[in-house]
Amino acid sequence: MITMGGKAVLVFQSGDMDKLYSALIIGNGALAMGMEASIYFTFWGLERLKKSGLEKGPLSKMNFFGLGKWMVKKRMKKANVATLEQLMNDYKELGGKIIACDMTMEIMGIKREELREDWIDECGAVGTYIYEAKDADISLFI
Amino acid sequence: MVEIEIDVRGQTCPVPLVECRKALRKASEGDEIVIVGTHAASKKEIPMACESMGLEVMGIEDKDNEWKIRIKR
Repeated sequence: MITMGGKAVLVFQSGDMDKLYSALIIGNGALAMGMEASIYFTFWGLERLKKSGLEKGPLSKMNFFGLGKWMVKKRMKKANVATLEQLMNDYKELGGKIIACDMTMEIMGIKREELREDWIDECGAVGTYIYEAKDADISLFI
Repeated sequence: MVEIEIDVRGQTCPVPLVECRKALRKASEGDEIVIVGTHAASKKEIPMACESMGLEVMGIEDKDNEWKIRIKR
């Protein structure tokens, strides 16, 4: 019998490509270890939930108008690193939750239908995050 | 009892761990999962995941740069 235990609750705020890798890898890692996982997409992070927006984030450092990102992507491909799309699909398949921040949607003028609704479990505010995070074992702001 | 083989040779973090978890979800109690890979860290992390899920690792084999882990679901 599989014993499940613990919970990881992450906030993805930056929207950066490399940091989204961190968030999805940690989320998948938690699920693979038998934990629950939730990721809150807020502010610049929400941009990544737009239709075909997942891979569009800049590199957090040395992006150089996309040149740095292109080089990192090339090296990632060579190292056989999974794509963000694959990591997101794995995350969803393993039961990971995605929460979209509704205040960001209002500020940025983003409508729900512009987002990948098939990934999103709910739209929420800070209360939803705190409610989930108060008994979490891992909580990170990325 | 069914034996399920998973090949993650050439895959890197977090794919071996994730594929192992996916297979465990699909398997029934009593089934055995045999996972083959080359990612060095996963050789110790897959048993860690099994330990935290209360699953029994039945064996770990090492040959050249390849490892093979057998898990009882």
